Amino acid sequence: MAEQTQAFTIEQFYKHLLQGKLMGAKCKKCGKVHLPPRPLCDSCFSKDFEWIELSPKGKLLTYTVIHVAPSQFQGMAPYAVGIVQLESGVKIPGMIRASPEHIKIGMQLTMDFGTCAATQQWPQWPRYFFKPV
Amino acid sequence: MKGKPLVSIVSAGLSKFGKLEGLYAREIFAEAAKEAFDRCPNLNPKKDIQALFVGHMGESYEHQGHTGATMADWAGLLHVPATRTEAACASSGAALRAAVYAVLSGLADVVMVGGVEKMTHRSTAEVTEYLAMASDYPFEQWHGITFPGLYALMATAHMHKYGTTEKQLAAVAVKNHYHGSLNPKAHMQKEITLENALSSRVIAWPLKLYDCSLITDGASCLILTKPELAKKYTDTPVHIIGSGQASDTIGLYERESFTSLTAARLAAKKAYEMADVKPENIDVAEVHDCFTIAEIIAYEDLGFCKPGEGGHLTEKGETKLGGRIPVNTSGGLKAKGHPVGATGTGQAYEIFLQLTGQADKRQVKNAEIGLTHNVGGSGATATVHIYRRG
Repeated sequence: MAEQTQAFTIEQFYKHLLQGKLMGAKCKKCGKVHLPPRPLCDSCFSKDFEWIELSPKGKLLTYTVIHVAPSQFQGMAPYAVGIVQLESGVKIPGMIRASPEHIKIGMQLTMDFGTCAATQQWPQWPRYFFKPV
Repeated sequence: MKGKPLVSIVSAGLSKFGKLEGLYAREIFAEAAKEAFDRCPNLNPKKDIQALFVGHMGESYEHQGHTGATMADWAGLLHVPATRTEAACASSGAALRAAVYAVLSGLADVVMVGGVEKMTHRSTAEVTEYLAMASDYPFEQWHGITFPGLYALMATAHMHKYGTTEKQLAAVAVKNHYHGSLNPKAHMQKEITLENALSSRVIAWPLKLYDCSLITDGASCLILTKPELAKKYTDTPVHIIGSGQASDTIGLYERESFTSLTAARLAAKKAYEMADVKPENIDVAEVHDCFTIAEIIAYEDLGFCKPGEGGHLTEKGETKLGGRIPVNTSGGLKAKGHPVGATGTGQAYEIFLQLTGQADKRQVKNAEIGLTHNVGGSGATATVHIYRRG
């Protein structure tokens, strides 16, 4: 597969997201799954990885509701963001699209891809978000 | 007597903290340096000071980099080797650590270390953006997570795990504002009530305006030397007897725990071991209360109480002046202010005053051993230093 030769970079992670795929990098030597992918395994120092598709489902570990937002997010405030532990065990932060009173630690969420495309020059990354299962 | 002196602080200076209109960072740093020079008449700055380390977080605030040389120049220390350290809000904690390396290595006998930031001339939105640069860009900032947002994620986790309450968070703010009211150099010198804090506007739930530290201008500095030379400069040196620093993942989301900072626990462990003291030996501490939850977590990471009990510690008044272990007698980042680069050595300045009996209305009686805890970002850097009266 062509994608096996793609660099294990943050940029490539977001390129996969554009295609609707949540991909992590698995170290071929020690088996550690990296999200985001990185060029050097922090566990065994191997540079030998393979892409694996991760389940977009997970549970909410913690969250907050942001009222004072940076300028580019001001139109969305207040909005919730949280840290989600995916079924594979890795953790990832993101916005949660649900009304704050329905958000509870431990709730099941799933990732929705790329609905908030970048309007700026750099970086040109999509923005995934989480929604209740 | 516990703790072998590693290096000795023979003088210290602090500018007024606050909104210092019309001044550049270099001019504010000169004010702190002047106090340190005046406090130490036996020191000949031009002749004696052999190196300068300056903590400074960002070029963005003043469109000015190359801070080491700039501060050396404006403090009258032209031609000394001058180096800036950057570790977000722990920039001058890291500078202090670098200065300890310099003196202990024998490369320099007398070193000046300090920090500076000029922030209030920028809009809140701009400062929010600059501060957020200390977090993970592609996964945290990119998804709208602000700096208060990161600490709010810790607060929610702490509340969920231990039952910590918004009232306990507010109690930290009330205490630190009370301490700040006793500090003529504090940015905010007024007391607040629990109701003021709880009813203030939400910044990142559960954190409200009064849970957040201030955007402040200020500078701080210390003069360090080898313990055997200290008495040449002062009769009342303060010895640094323990120094710890550690790092962690830049992204909060990658950490094992959101209710404790591993970097702070590791830095504290190292400092305690080096100093040969235990948490119960600390008479006074300045901890990194960039947000109220950060102070509660600091109590736990530093061993002042067990994990989960930080909220109760403040509610019971144990960390207030007159309590078992007064914390942030200066007013902390919350009331004294948080000019990010200046904070680490600013904390050391307060401990220097406390251990030399110069803290006036906020003096902790018979304070002999002090501690500072300085955190960068959401905990990717932490430095802990332990001090003993000479």
